[in-house]
Amino acid sequence: MSLHEVFRDCATRRSAALIGYLPAGFPTVPDSVELFRAMVRGDGDTPGCDVVEIGIPYSDPVMDGPTIQAASGEALRNGFRVRQLFDIVSAVAETGAAPVVMTYWNPVHRYGPDAFARDLAAAGGLGVITPDLVPDEADEWLAAARQHRLDRIFLVAPSSTERRVAMTAGAGSGFLYAASVMGVTGARDSVSGSARELVRRTRAHTELPVGVGLGVRTAGHAAEVAEFADGVIVGSAFIDRAGQDGAAGVAEFAAELGRGVGKSSTPAP
Amino acid sequence: MTARDSDASRQAATPGEADPHGHDPDPGGHFGSYGGRFMPEALIAAQDELAEEYEKARNDPEFVAELERLLRDYAGRPSPLTEVERFGAHAGGARVFLKREDLNHTGSHKINNVLGQALLVKRMGKRRVIAETGAGQHGVATATACALLDLDCVVYMGATDTERQALNVARMRLLGAEVRPVDTGSATLKDAINEALRDWVANVADTHYLLGTAAGAHPFPLLVRNLHRVIGEESREQVLRHTGRLPEAVVACVGGGSNAIGIFHGFIDDPEVRLVGMEAGGHGLDSGEHGAALTSGTPGTLHGARSYLLQDEDGQIAEAYSISAGLDYPGVGPEHAWLADTGRAEYRAVTDDEAMHAFRLLSRTEGIIPAIESAHALAGALRLGAELGPEAVLVVNLSGRGDKDMDTAAQYFGLVPEAGITGGDQR
Repeated sequence: MSLHEVFRDCATRRSAALIGYLPAGFPTVPDSVELFRAMVRGDGDTPGCDVVEIGIPYSDPVMDGPTIQAASGEALRNGFRVRQLFDIVSAVAETGAAPVVMTYWNPVHRYGPDAFARDLAAAGGLGVITPDLVPDEADEWLAAARQHRLDRIFLVAPSSTERRVAMTAGAGSGFLYAASVMGVTGARDSVSGSARELVRRTRAHTELPVGVGLGVRTAGHAAEVAEFADGVIVGSAFIDRAGQDGAAGVAEFAAELGRGVGKSSTPAP
Repeated sequence: MTARDSDASRQAATPGEADPHGHDPDPGGHFGSYGGRFMPEALIAAQDELAEEYEKARNDPEFVAELERLLRDYAGRPSPLTEVERFGAHAGGARVFLKREDLNHTGSHKINNVLGQALLVKRMGKRRVIAETGAGQHGVATATACALLDLDCVVYMGATDTERQALNVARMRLLGAEVRPVDTGSATLKDAINEALRDWVANVADTHYLLGTAAGAHPFPLLVRNLHRVIGEESREQVLRHTGRLPEAVVACVGGGSNAIGIFHGFIDDPEVRLVGMEAGGHGLDSGEHGAALTSGTPGTLHGARSYLLQDEDGQIAEAYSISAGLDYPGVGPEHAWLADTGRAEYRAVTDDEAMHAFRLLSRTEGIIPAIESAHALAGALRLGAELGPEAVLVVNLSGRGDKDMDTAAQYFGLVPEAGITGGDQR
């Protein structure tokens, strides 16, 4: 299933898509596969994530707050290597959820953008979110991603001008990642009103689904964001939950968030 | 290639002849395939604002005059060019001239950049300045400019560096800046930059990130280079006045590369002048413990630009090492990457031991204690002089003074019986 189809199906069920992030290899490669599976499974009553963001742990994650920094650092200290990413992607694809990769640009640059796109597509990955690659610098990536039929998921921010929102929407595919606030990743007590305004501005330029991330921590936040966005992105809060309660906690939290974004407890007929 | 064609030299020396914008990157900030803006979208608007404001400012006679006034009356420019004969005797007998950036206010070239950027902050109507610092030189310079121009100042500094540069932490605090130790990652310069970027993305509406070197996303490499170009312009005029000709080589140390790019640009249109950058060779390139991004790194993206950097095969950024905190950085400014690839400039690595030898030699032969960063350039001059012989003229950028390094030097040379003068933790 493509990202386009995932968002279409969620919309048909009057739900926002639930998008969950965890770093690959956190805390170890096998453990991370269990956490990703739990994130998709939910609690048996309500399913979990529709889209799974698999983060590549990076030495210098400038867009991430303390929670993701610490988790990424732990994955790296436990020996995560980029070549292990693709098996994790395959395992996520087998769950039926849509796997996308979130990565800073340098690991892809180093791997070779075309080789990276080829290997990711072969593993069942659907696209890549690039927090520090704007379309202005993305010619090589756009060519590689098109060649291997991967979606190019770029970010828009409250500070983006209309011209940049339009340009970014035009270059992207799959969905657009709207940063809800000016800041780094990390759970927050409330999701700023700037998110709603940014989604509204973005929709004026594109038919692409818009996912909102940064700061979503509770099922209540998720419900609030689901009212105006096509996708709700949760990252740091999953890491916190994994640290407290392991895979069972992640599964339970995914179901809570699933109910928040409007998933019915009985699967649609 | 040692051009002795005095006609060519005189012609190239005509003031105002070179197009001041002739070496600018493309509008996206690319020097060849390097540079650009590998930045979060959230910061692009601020980078655009800065680039636009700088374009206006550099064509605004009032801004130019105000900056010139501050550089002259506050920072003490022009800095002298000093011939060092006793030191030169150890450099194959070459005539060696030092560009005395160590005599600027705050003790290094850094003041050129911070005064220019702080004036831009005022133009943009922002109230708050953040900066990163390694050894503390850029942090002290930034705190100084913010005190002068009444701006709030927060300096991010790796926790490792706040310990080994405790006196500079005290200086910054005395100047009214808030120093925030950074204990993430390797707790050194690159992590301080990461943390400053995180602050910037959250506070960009009222905050300027006053980057300390000619690296980072466009327009920083262009902006910082142009603010330091005064070093090269003065040097060229001064060396012509002293010797009647251009030097064989201009030598500077390269960490991020701001002092080097500044002095190189005074001579970049003189093809007969070799531009030689000296990187931190640490314990030697083979040891893996160094900061030589150009001599031994590979292309990648770090802190907003594509350039050479130290990284592993997965693209994880490596930790740099140098005895000099100011060269202890795994990347380098993108224009240096371009100059290296095109061959216009050449880059070599100088080990800790070579740098410390030059550090002591200059102290003893000339009564000038250089910054350990600058001692890398001096060590390069010793080698180049030996290669080029007594007919050669060398201009070396003495980018900073060594007061801040006394603890390191005391320990390295065993000058005091205990671990250090201030008790700072040295590695």
